[in-house]
This record gives sequence, structure tokens and C-alpha cells, in this order.
Amino acid sequence: MIPILFGVVVIIFTLMYVTPGDPAIAILGENATPEAIQDIQNKLGLNDPYLVRLTKYFLGVFKGDFGISYRTGRPVFEEIMARYPNTLILTFSSVVLGVLIGVTAGIISAVRQYSLLDKLLTSFSLFGVSAPSFWLAMVLVLFFSVKLQWLPATGSYGLKYWVLPVFTLGLQASASIMRMTRSSMLEVIRQDYIRTSKAKGQSNFMTIMRHAFKNAQVPILTIIGIRITHFLAGAVLVETVFSIPGLGAFIISSVNFKDYPVVQGGVLWIALNCIVITLIVDILYCFVDPRIKSAFSKKKKRIIATSVEKVGGR
Amino acid sequence: MNSDGKKNTPLREVWKRFKRNKLALGGLIVLVFLIVVGVFAPYITPYDYAAQDYTSRLIYPNAQHWFGTDNFGRDIFSRVIFGTRYTLFIGLVCTTAAALVGCALGLFAAFFSKLDNVIMRLMDVLIGMPAMLLCISIVAALGSNMRNMMIALSVTAMPNFARVMRAQVLTVRDQEFIEAARSIGASNSRIMIKHIVPNSLAPVIVQFTLGVVNAILMSASLSFVGMGVQPPNPEWGLLISAGRAYLRSEWYMCILPGLAIVITTFALNLLGDGLRDALDPRLKQ
Repeated sequence: MIPILFGVVVIIFTLMYVTPGDPAIAILGENATPEAIQDIQNKLGLNDPYLVRLTKYFLGVFKGDFGISYRTGRPVFEEIMARYPNTLILTFSSVVLGVLIGVTAGIISAVRQYSLLDKLLTSFSLFGVSAPSFWLAMVLVLFFSVKLQWLPATGSYGLKYWVLPVFTLGLQASASIMRMTRSSMLEVIRQDYIRTSKAKGQSNFMTIMRHAFKNAQVPILTIIGIRITHFLAGAVLVETVFSIPGLGAFIISSVNFKDYPVVQGGVLWIALNCIVITLIVDILYCFVDPRIKSAFSKKKKRIIATSVEKVGGR
Repeated sequence: MNSDGKKNTPLREVWKRFKRNKLALGGLIVLVFLIVVGVFAPYITPYDYAAQDYTSRLIYPNAQHWFGTDNFGRDIFSRVIFGTRYTLFIGLVCTTAAALVGCALGLFAAFFSKLDNVIMRLMDVLIGMPAMLLCISIVAALGSNMRNMMIALSVTAMPNFARVMRAQVLTVRDQEFIEAARSIGASNSRIMIKHIVPNSLAPVIVQFTLGVVNAILMSASLSFVGMGVQPPNPEWGLLISAGRAYLRSEWYMCILPGLAIVITTFALNLLGDGLRDALDPRLKQ
């Protein structure tokens, strides 16, 4: 995890380093005097060699100092934190919605494979993974705010304003979660122990929930993790359509203003979040599937056991 | 030999299995249709896609203008037809570039264990960043235009190919026919090109169709936020972006180009699912 984060910092810093255009001019404007430009360049350390600047940036990042925004003059970290909660709310509430719809639909369509309902649900999910989120957002706005006038179209001033954005991303998440749930349930449902459980008189519902679904959870968990990381970064489009002041929309507008410390810091912050989410998902695997846990904790014992077996077998 | 007297090549087997899947076949037909539309766009469009006509601004879809006209009086149907070119070109070229470089890296990583760590850790870093963010960062560094967006999309898609190829090569590498090839004195390059690559391509092909879908969706997204194809080019994401301001009254301006994206990616997804089932029958549910 640490080496990946290290690599991410280097890549992002290098990308912004090679960007053409002088930040000093971006701050002062085109008509700045050479002296003023020189002054800012010295102040920001823009004339230092690449490695010196990279090291400085690293040390700063460790202390939570992501630099100063060229546009607002405030610390980048503050700017990020002002928008981060919006992105978090959007991401997590839509993933929760996506899991509720996706897992339920996936289980139903796996259990009733080839039924009309299954076909409807799979086509819906294929549509969900095919439609671009910003377009889906506009379709929902057209229907629910323009035609029916039930919900507000843009802004974030209260609970009502979150419904459409969360639904847009939630529907998208549910599509991929449903596809994964269906296929991993179908794989499990044919196993012998499912038949055994039914033969012992276990009710259908209990068989599916206790035996089938429990064993189908690992791939579902993976896709949920992937969705969260996608939304942390990819919510930018939905944020743009619904004018939600989130982190993604802020990064995009900073690109247009050539406010590179914000782009750098924002990207790095989201990347850090994604790496942590991936780590959490990896840890959760152990709780969902004890086999994975035992593979890690008893590695040493196992190696000994297998070598003993081998010796014994000879 | 089968009953038709034709040789049963693996490719023919795959095609036979693929043919049975009507949905996937439908996806393939739609895709071929779209490619034809893209290639012959100038002969199909009823109007010049760039011609502005201020006497017929914001006209609702009708018999003359099937998809209506935009705020400059340009025929949206003609623009959507020309947009097919952009979308398919970007999707196919970026994914092909990503596949070529990614597969080569994956192959080298799996074949030469010394390179493995270097290549795959670099890929880990690239995968560690969400694709959209990596694209935004690269475009921000290089400048917002179509070429730079295509570079960004290719770089972003590359690690997936490297991973898939590496995993596949690792399983093929230790099989007996490779050992046999080596024992008769085949060189490394011959083994790689003649034996390993052809036997590792199945998952790469599946990844390719998924890659095209991703590239199309991401390019539309990047163009939508102004980081990809620039106006006045008729790219689909850009058309939706232009229609956004008119969503309340002239809904067709962004909904119809969006439908074009959905149809394309839907067809590609069907094709990808079908190919996966046909190439790897074990996965078929």
C-alpha cells in the first residue's frame, strides 16, 4: 500500500511538473512584471530542481500540507476538506442504495434463472452499465424535475436535493452489483451442498440466504469496493450535472483555472481514499470467507503440515 | 473434420458457440452497422453537420430534421451520425494501443521474471489511481484536446491488459508444449510469438470489448466536462453537454445523442458477454 501511494505521488507530481505554463503567471496574470514573477517563483520554490521540489512536496504531504491554491490563496487541504463531505455522502449513500437494489435483484434473478423477471432484470442491468452517468442524470432530471416536478434539479440545500444524484449513481452501482451477484450466485447454487440443504428440508429462503448467498459474497464485496473507488473519482460528472460542490467538480474546475496544487492535492487525496478502501475490502474478505483468513494466519503451520504430509506419503 | 467436411479449428468452434447466442449476434450486427454508418457518414447525413442555419433554430424532431436542430440551427441527426466516427475511432484506437502495449508488458513480465517486479509494480500504481482521475491528471498536464485525451485513455486502459496477459501467460508458460518447443531448440522470441501469444489471447479479446466500452464512456465523459474533443466537433459527449442548457425545453438535444451512446455500449456489452461465453465455455451460466 505504501509503495503504491509513493508511486502515485511521484506520478502526479511529475505530471504537474511537466505541465507547460508558468504557475507564477497563472497567479499574477499575463501583465505581471518580470520582477514580480521572479519574486513569486522564488517564494514558491519554482526554480528548484525537480528532485528538490519532489522531496519538498513529499515532506509537505506527510505533514498534511498539500500546498496553497493559486486561485483562492487558501491551503489546498482546507479547500479539499470543505468539499470532501459532499463527495463522501454522495458516494456512500449511492453505494448503499446500489447494494440494496443490486444484491436483491441479483439473488432474485439467479434463483429464477431464465424467467421473464430474470430477463427483465438482466436487461435493466446491462442498460445500467451501458449508460453514461451524466446522461442518466439528465434523463432523471427531465422526468422527475421537469415533467413531474417532484424533485429539484440542481444544488445541494437539503435532503430533497440529494435524491436524484444518489439515485443516478445508485442505479448505476446496482447494475454492476446485480450482474456480479447473479453470476456468483449461479456458480454457488449448483453446488452439491445446496442440494443437500434442500434435501434436509431447509426452506428455500434459508437455503439461499444461509448457504448460497453466504458463499457468493466475496466477488460481490470486490465489486462494491470497485464501485466506491469509481464513485469517489467518477462522481465528478454527476456533481457537475447537479451542481453539487464536491471534490471531483472542484478538481475539474481547477484544471480549467490551471490551479495545479489543487489538482495535485485533490487527486492524491482521492487516490489515498481509494487505496484505503481497497485495503478495507481486503480485510473484510477475511470476515466473509474464513478460508481466506486461515490461509493467511496459518501459512506457516500449513507449510509445515504439507511438508510433513509429503514426507509421510513417501 | 466435421460433417461439413471442414476442419474444426478452434476459431470455428468459438464461432459456432458464439452464433448460438442470439443476443451477442445482435450486438455484433449493431456494431457492424455502426461502423458502416461511421465510414459512410458523409453519404448518409441529410445535412452538412456543421452548417448553421439561423432561420431554423431549436426545431423539435420532425420529418425534415429527425433529431431536431440545435441552438445554431445545425441538424442534430447529421451530427449524431458523424459522432459515430469519433466514438468508434476513439474507442477502437485507444483500446488497440492499450492492448498492444499492455499485452507486450504482460508478456515480458510473465516470461522474464527479472522484469516482472518492475513492470507489475508500475501497473499497480497506475491501477491504484481511479481511471477517471488518472485521465483527468494526464489531460490536465498535456492540455485538453482529443489527442491528449486519447493518450490518457490508452495509458489508463493499459494496466488491465498487462494484468490479464500476465496471468494467462503464467499458466500457459509451464505447459508441456512450451517445454517441447524449448527442447527442440526454439528461441525465446519464437516461443513467445508462435506458442504463448496465440494461446493467451482468449481473455485479452474479452478484455478488449470491455476496454472499448470503457473508452467510449470515458471519452464521452471527458468531452462532456470539456477535457476531450473540443467544440464544434460533433462528439456525442459534447452534443449532450451542449444540450444540457436546453434540457427543460429542448430535451431532445441531449437525450437523443445519449441514446446513441447507450446503443453502442449496449451492443458492445452484449458482444463482450457473448465472446466471453464462447471463448471460455466453463464460464457459461
